[in-house]
Order: sequence, then structure tokens, then C-alpha cells
Amino acid sequence: MAVIRDVMPAFDLVQPNSISDAQKLLEQQGENGWVLAGGMDSFDWLKDRIKKPKVVVDLSGIAELKGIRTGADGIEIGAMTTLTEVVQHPVIREKYKLLAESAELVASPQIRNQGTIGGNVSQDTRCWYYRAGWPCYRAGGNICYADTPEGRNREHAILHAERCVAVNPSDSAPALIALDAKFVIRTPTGERVVDAEDYFIGPEIDITRLHILQPGDLLTAVRIPPTWAGARFYFEKVRDRNVWDFPLLNVASAMVVSNGSIERIRIAVNGAAARPLRLKVVEDAVRGKPPNAATGEMAGKLAVQGAVPLQFNAYKIPLMRNLVKRAIGGVEEATWTPYNGQ
Amino acid sequence: MDPLQWAIDPWGKIVPIHIAWFLIWVAAITGLLFLMVHAIYVRYFAKAKEFASSDSPLIAARVPEHVPRHSLTARLFHWIMAASMFTLLFTAFLPKVGFQFDWVTYHWIAGSVLTVSILFHVIHASFFMDFWSIWPDRIDLRDARRRILRFVGKAAPPPDRFAKYPLENKLYHGAIIAAGLSSIVTGVFMMFRVRTIFFPRNPYLFTDMTWGTMYVLHGLAGVGLIALIMMHVYFGLRPEKRAITKSMIFGWMSRDFYLKEHDPTRWPVEASASPSKSQGAKTEGLTNAG
Repeated sequence: MAVIRDVMPAFDLVQPNSISDAQKLLEQQGENGWVLAGGMDSFDWLKDRIKKPKVVVDLSGIAELKGIRTGADGIEIGAMTTLTEVVQHPVIREKYKLLAESAELVASPQIRNQGTIGGNVSQDTRCWYYRAGWPCYRAGGNICYADTPEGRNREHAILHAERCVAVNPSDSAPALIALDAKFVIRTPTGERVVDAEDYFIGPEIDITRLHILQPGDLLTAVRIPPTWAGARFYFEKVRDRNVWDFPLLNVASAMVVSNGSIERIRIAVNGAAARPLRLKVVEDAVRGKPPNAATGEMAGKLAVQGAVPLQFNAYKIPLMRNLVKRAIGGVEEATWTPYNGQ
Repeated sequence: MDPLQWAIDPWGKIVPIHIAWFLIWVAAITGLLFLMVHAIYVRYFAKAKEFASSDSPLIAARVPEHVPRHSLTARLFHWIMAASMFTLLFTAFLPKVGFQFDWVTYHWIAGSVLTVSILFHVIHASFFMDFWSIWPDRIDLRDARRRILRFVGKAAPPPDRFAKYPLENKLYHGAIIAAGLSSIVTGVFMMFRVRTIFFPRNPYLFTDMTWGTMYVLHGLAGVGLIALIMMHVYFGLRPEKRAITKSMIFGWMSRDFYLKEHDPTRWPVEASASPSKSQGAKTEGLTNAG
């Protein structure tokens, strides 16, 4: 099981200075290679001796992967851009505030200074059974220790759980889905661009990974089109403490309201399943309706259809229902009515 | 190279969790080598089949032109089983070689179809077909010995013609029973580990060691089926076996093939009326149609 040590284990460290070199190195190493971005996820794995790569490919020396480029067709954020840079970038704050808000709620200032946007969307799940080194499904075994009658599963999935009930912990992922972002991936056969929502996969597709990156693939950038620039955004993250914590659930929405009705909307939640979920059914249902409490109520109910609670996470169902309700109808509209004893 | 994957369970015991997935390739390569060796042997070295005796013209005259071999029910079972078996193999092993799709749902659905069809087959074969026709009998064993002796150049009388099924068929059926039942029985229990429509999920049904053994058995049976199905498809496509393959589609085999390969005393097929009445594999007036 987990052996926490202060020193790093032995591995070969390679520090390429171009995307193509990094991709070739990862391709050569295959399953033995490990991508090191900000290290906020990697160092835990390595120091706990749970993951034991032979070669670590450190991306910190690749200038092409850093920085935010703006243009008429939106913005492109290098995968190694830190979360702090994302939060502070003036164009993001002005036009894509949803992303800035979500990134600003990640962990702590120190972690945001070191953590990258690519790392935040590609990080592994925080299920402690998995991270402690138990031979669970996600680790290649044949059981989910969290999905048992005694399993501690307060933070785990309520939707799309298939053998494994771990959830994706990213805060920026649902915001990027709501902004219709595209992820740029360098593969052995060339460059591939996928929609943000297609970057993430659940256990029904591959139980050992949370995203589509295969060994030898490298996420190089995130592109955000101008489609939703300046839209009405909503991001809310619920966590056990107000700083330095992963989401129990979060919600992100981008909405264009015209003549009092929702003209266009994209909405996504994370922390409910192994991948951030775009709520297409909700989007279709609320389009053309006013963004008020009644629409939010209906949207919240739709959002949790099919949810199956585990032993200790039933609270997530009303939580998700209310987060979606607030994302559509606004915080004031969704204020809880206190119980007055009548 | 350890053929099994091991892990340490929460109680500190070392338990098996899976087979090593390189066994997929071992099974596929073994199957392929068998096909190649067999094809080369048949093409360059095999002698023509010799059987002990031929039938009297009287017996031959009573055999219909189309000899019924497989009833519609039996054929439907075979093809449903084949479809579910292929679905199971593809959904099990394609994800292991890099194809990503929602395989678990398709896998347990196909497994359920296979289980039901096998249960049906057991009942159908036990009570509505000649149950013993697929099991080796004394003559099969005697003839197998004769064939081996003749193969190695020793003196032995020629074997009799086959009953309804040649010994190879019967042995293959036995291997499929072993691999199929292993995968089905373990698979049914493994369905307790995932969410299905049949029963509540219960991962605590067995200990980690028993579960691990079950996964290993399921995996071994699965990779075994890769080789077995490769062989089955290969023989189904071979020209000299085509009459048997066609009989699994149309239900009958030709009179000539029947008289050449099968012994009417071991597999009696007679038409009480004129032979032309049995066209189209009608079973009226025929005995032991299977």
C-alpha cells in the first residue's frame, strides 16, 4: 500500500524543449513514460510509490506550451500555462470570466502558481482507495472498494458509475465545456483537435483513465472560440472547506439571453461522474424559456434524472439539482426557504 | 512471464486478479499456427480417407437426396450462440488492444443471451434430440486408434464411417463445453460485480481469492475460446467440410456426402416414402433427424 516518503523514487528525467521532441519521447517510452506538467498530481503518485514510471518527461522547458494567445478566433491557452496566469489574464477576465472564476477556485494560490491548465484537466481522480494503492478496477484489479456497502464514498459518483465510482476532480473542465473549448492533442500520427467534452471518458470506455490521451499523446493547448465571449456566466463550486479543496460538485454555465428568454446555453457539472457531464437534456429543455426560478427548478430536476446514490453520497442529488437550478435561475431565485415549523 | 496478474488485497493476502493479457496473443498465435500446420498437412501430406465398407444398394436407395441433419431449432441455436460468442469475444478483447467503446454493457447482454441459449440447448439436446450422438462412443475410440496406427504406418483395419458427428466434432464440442461453461458460470457470478437488470450488485459474494480465481478462470476460458473459435471458423470454411457447414445453414446434407462419410447403421436416416418427398429437409417420415 501507500508508502509516503520524502524523497522522489529513481527514474530517468528528460527535459525536452519542443513539443515534437516531447511527443517523440512519450511515444518511445509508451506505458513507461510519465508526463510531468506542474507536478501537483504527479508528485503524490511518485512519492507514494503507487505509480512507478521509468521515464518522466518534464514539459516545463517547452516555451511553445506556455502562454495565452488571443486573436479574432478566440484564445489559445498553452497546456503549460499556470492557473494563476489564466486567472489574471485580462482577456479571459473580460470575455471568458467563467474560466477565470473556475480556475481561481482551484486549491490554493501556491498550487495555482504551479499547477497548469493542462494538468488541471488531465489530473487523475482523487478516490482514496485508488490513490492509496488498493488493487481496484481503476488500478487494474477487479473490485471497486468505494462501491461496497461499507465503502467510504461520500465524494463519489451519482451518475454513470460503471464498476468504478470515482469522479473527475477538475474545476476548469466544466467551464471549458461550457465555453465550447477545443483541446489540441499531439499524437504519433499528427495533431488532433477534440471538443472539450470528448476529451473526458468514463469507466465504460476505459476504466484506467479519465481522458482520451493514450501513451504517446500530449495535450498541447486549449482553444476557446469567441462563440460565448461575454455571455452570462455562472460558476459555483461546493467543497468541504472554502480553500484548498477539491469539489464535491461544481457547475458551469454560459448563457445568452435575448428578450427575456434563453437563446443559447451550455451547462456542465463535475464531481458527479468520472467525467465532467455536459447537460444537453437541460440545455434543450431550457432554451426559449426565461432564466428564472421555475425554469431552474425544472432544469435541476432534469439534471439529476438517473442519478443513483451510493451509501454515503445521497446528498449529492439535491446538491446537483440546486446547483443547476442556481446556474439557470440565479442565486437569489434559488435561495432555500427556511423551515418555519408549519 | 507470469501468466497471471497478482495483487495484495486489503487484508494483506496475495490474490490473483486477472490473467496476463499477453495470453490473448498466445491464444491467437496458437490458433493461427494450428490452422497453418493443418492446411499444409492437408494440402501436401494427407492421404485420402479410407473407410471399412460401403453400403448395399438397398440401403443407399432408401436414403433421401437431402439428408436432414440439423433442425431449424438447432440451427437457430447455433447461430444465436455464434453471434453472442463473437460479441463476447470482441467486447472482451478489442478494448485490450486499444479500441475504446462502452464494452461492459454489450458484454453482459451478450453473455446473458449466450447463457439463455445454452440453457435452452441443454434442455433441447437432452429431451428432444439424440443426446448421445455428440458424445464419443466405443466405436469412435476404436476407430481413433485405428486411424492413428494407420497414420504412423502400422497395420490396422480401416475405420468405420462416422456416426452423425465425427470424433473430431465430438472432441471439439467437449472443449467448447469446458471453455463455454467456465466462462458462463464465472460470468454469471461476475455480473454481481456490475450493475445489471438481473440482481442487486454484491461484490461481497465471495472472498477476494475466490473472486480472483473466478476472474482468472473467466480470462483463461476467454482466451481459450479465441483459439477454439478460430479453428471452428477455419474448418467451417474448408472445402472438404463445406457440406457440413451448409447443413448448419440449410439443415440438410447431400445424399452423396452422407453415404461417403457417414455410416447409416450408426446414423440411420431413412425415408419411408419416396426420396423426393424429403426435399428441403422436411423431417416427415425420417428417423433421428437431430
